[in-house]
Amino acid sequence: MTSSPGRPPGSPSTPTSTEIETRSMGVREDTMIINMGPQHPSTHGVLRLVLELEGEVVVGCRPVVGYLHTGIEKNMEYRTWQQGSTFVTRADYLSPFFNELGYCLAAERLLGVEAPPRAQTIRILVTELNRIASHLVWLATTGLELGAISVMLYGFRERETILDIFEAITGLRMNHAYIRIGGVVMDLPVDVPARVERLLNTLDSRIGEYEDLLSGNPIWHQRTRGIGVLRAEDCLRLGVTGPMLRAAGVARDIRRDEPYCGIEEYEFDVPVADSADAFGRYEVRIEEMRQSLRIVRQSLERLRPGPVMVEDPKVRWPAQLSVGPDGIGNSEEYVRHIMNESMEALIHHFKIVTQGVKVPPGEAYVPVESPRGELGYYVVSDGGQHPYRVHIRDPSFVNLQSVPALVTGGLVADVVAAVASVDPVMGGVDR
Amino acid sequence: MTPEDLFGRLRTRFADVVLARGEVSVSVGPKELLAALEWLRDEDLGFDFLSDLTCSDWPELEPRYWVAYHLLSLAQGHRLRVKVGLAGDDEPHVPSVTARYPTADWFEREAFDFFGVVFDGHPDLRRIEMPEEWTGHPLRKTEPLAGVRTRFVGASIPPPDRRGT
Amino acid sequence: MPAELVPGVQIGRGEDAEEVRRGLLLTTLGKAVAWARKNSMWPATFGLACCAIEMMAAGAGDYDLGRWGMEVFRASPRQADLMIVAGRVSQKMAPVLRQIYDQMPEPKWVISMGVCASSGGMFNNYGLVPGVDTIVPVDVYVPGCPPRPEMLMYGILRLHEKVQREARIT
Repeated sequence: MTSSPGRPPGSPSTPTSTEIETRSMGVREDTMIINMGPQHPSTHGVLRLVLELEGEVVVGCRPVVGYLHTGIEKNMEYRTWQQGSTFVTRADYLSPFFNELGYCLAAERLLGVEAPPRAQTIRILVTELNRIASHLVWLATTGLELGAISVMLYGFRERETILDIFEAITGLRMNHAYIRIGGVVMDLPVDVPARVERLLNTLDSRIGEYEDLLSGNPIWHQRTRGIGVLRAEDCLRLGVTGPMLRAAGVARDIRRDEPYCGIEEYEFDVPVADSADAFGRYEVRIEEMRQSLRIVRQSLERLRPGPVMVEDPKVRWPAQLSVGPDGIGNSEEYVRHIMNESMEALIHHFKIVTQGVKVPPGEAYVPVESPRGELGYYVVSDGGQHPYRVHIRDPSFVNLQSVPALVTGGLVADVVAAVASVDPVMGGVDR
Repeated sequence: MTPEDLFGRLRTRFADVVLARGEVSVSVGPKELLAALEWLRDEDLGFDFLSDLTCSDWPELEPRYWVAYHLLSLAQGHRLRVKVGLAGDDEPHVPSVTARYPTADWFEREAFDFFGVVFDGHPDLRRIEMPEEWTGHPLRKTEPLAGVRTRFVGASIPPPDRRGT
Repeated sequence: MPAELVPGVQIGRGEDAEEVRRGLLLTTLGKAVAWARKNSMWPATFGLACCAIEMMAAGAGDYDLGRWGMEVFRASPRQADLMIVAGRVSQKMAPVLRQIYDQMPEPKWVISMGVCASSGGMFNNYGLVPGVDTIVPVDVYVPGCPPRPEMLMYGILRLHEKVQREARIT
């Protein structure tokens, strides 16, 4: 297959001297198929890109996914409703709270319960902190892939401070299973609001440091401006949501348009850029981090004493967890109550924990705004103790479909920048 | 448009409309699907964004496979679920919506991979999550959760005592 | 064991003594080589899922793997001697895992990080390989979901002890 040598878009079409020479020598020029395999330092996880190259120009791209398929959706059909939190939290592992939130909101819609106000405020607090942590990982890994290696270390340094807060609240750094059906599983420790306050003050200046490092950097500009362009119409046709869509100029944010957990009462802006390229997505994510800081500050002010789990005994998670000398477990008074004082409470605890709640038959679709876009949960119940069908509409799955459109026509070195700007998390893509 | 208004509006066109828990669902047959989507998009309802496309398997019911399309109107902000019931053959067919909603590409491949639903008119219908040589459609209720025998294609694993080092 | 063959007691004459002397030299060389290997063990990037993020956090500033010379994660398996399988291994990924393992030159070690890599984890289903030790030989298993960076570092240090103890030359 002969074809003219690849040239970057925009160059003139008269043959160059090399072309004349190669044609006269009878040199065959084919396209080359390169496999950016599942094991690759720069593909953000186990993504396989089969690239067809003509010289350095990408003429075709076929993403192959499924290398992390875990069967989460089918596995959830064999577990109780409450156990679903632990499964979905591992789907999109960089935003575990969002997974849990979407699933629990869908299940609560089927049950017809609403989490108490304090639980909703705590949910907003942890999810917005999670958004900052996720964007920090994005910034760190994108910087690493584009060569700004120190950004990797700074991003993870900030993320560790946020993970310390998560560890204080939930006991785990990742994959928390903290947001459960009916509320959250335990209340905030008393020192956490003050710690979060201190964290907010440091994070603001640190985000300024990233901007100083990158926003004016000519190398960053050359590697991200005009790379991976996807205009608004194409975004919408491909179903792309999240920072990619907002960088194309469409101000669509589920927190604004379909609010959840009382977020309509918070003041925040939805950052929008109009360059629709990797640099625009970078600007949108940096600004989103700042807006999340605003939301976290407001959620701290809104915290009022109250229960963190619904009162309905058929739904609420029966445990009273507290931190003891050997870690987190049921508080001593609660253990004394169920073991010594009340047989009914023991039986009730046993039934709810082992058999779970019975969710009325029906179906629900609840979208939340995860750091990558619209994360939707389609939950179907047949009235039993196990979910009948749970489908996770993951934003990375949909956004990754746009990769061929982003990279075709560009240079192979820009594939890394374009895929990084999509911010895919393969756990969500493959589930 | 509120869910109640949407419900009333859709009742004029479709027979099987349900409003439950603030969500509106419409069920159509597979032959009416494309026409229904055209109507939903071109009328002033404006459903121009496909959020989600998936399937669920009800082996005791007839139709057995229910493909659900979650539509969103960006301008007006309302959502709708369109469900198509397919008979319980081994290869249920339904028209593909990729021509109208290019985002359905990978969704339909996933539904084919997990449930075996064949989308007529899809440009490239092949497995997306499972390995290419996998047989069976794992998310059907008749398939087991675990205990599936697999062969690793292209690699040979010697027994533990002869694995070297 | 006859007294004259015990090293350090009486190394003298005869073929057996020659054998012992050679053995001593090779043992000391083996220990030195093992010391060099364990202090600059370069991992191959094989982060799959959530554990990969904790592995990256272990390599970042707060929990620094560079103290043991391991912060350079080699992208090419041909330049690596340690494969940290961090995350759940799906059926589709298993042949790739084996191929990467085969591409690593000897000596090589494998750490199975997290419960999904060690045993299939909380997912007992059609999609995952129930433990990478069905595919590659594993030296150290680090449980956790995901294991904290300190737990991974402890596993790495135990692997260092193992390397030092084995003291191979090949």
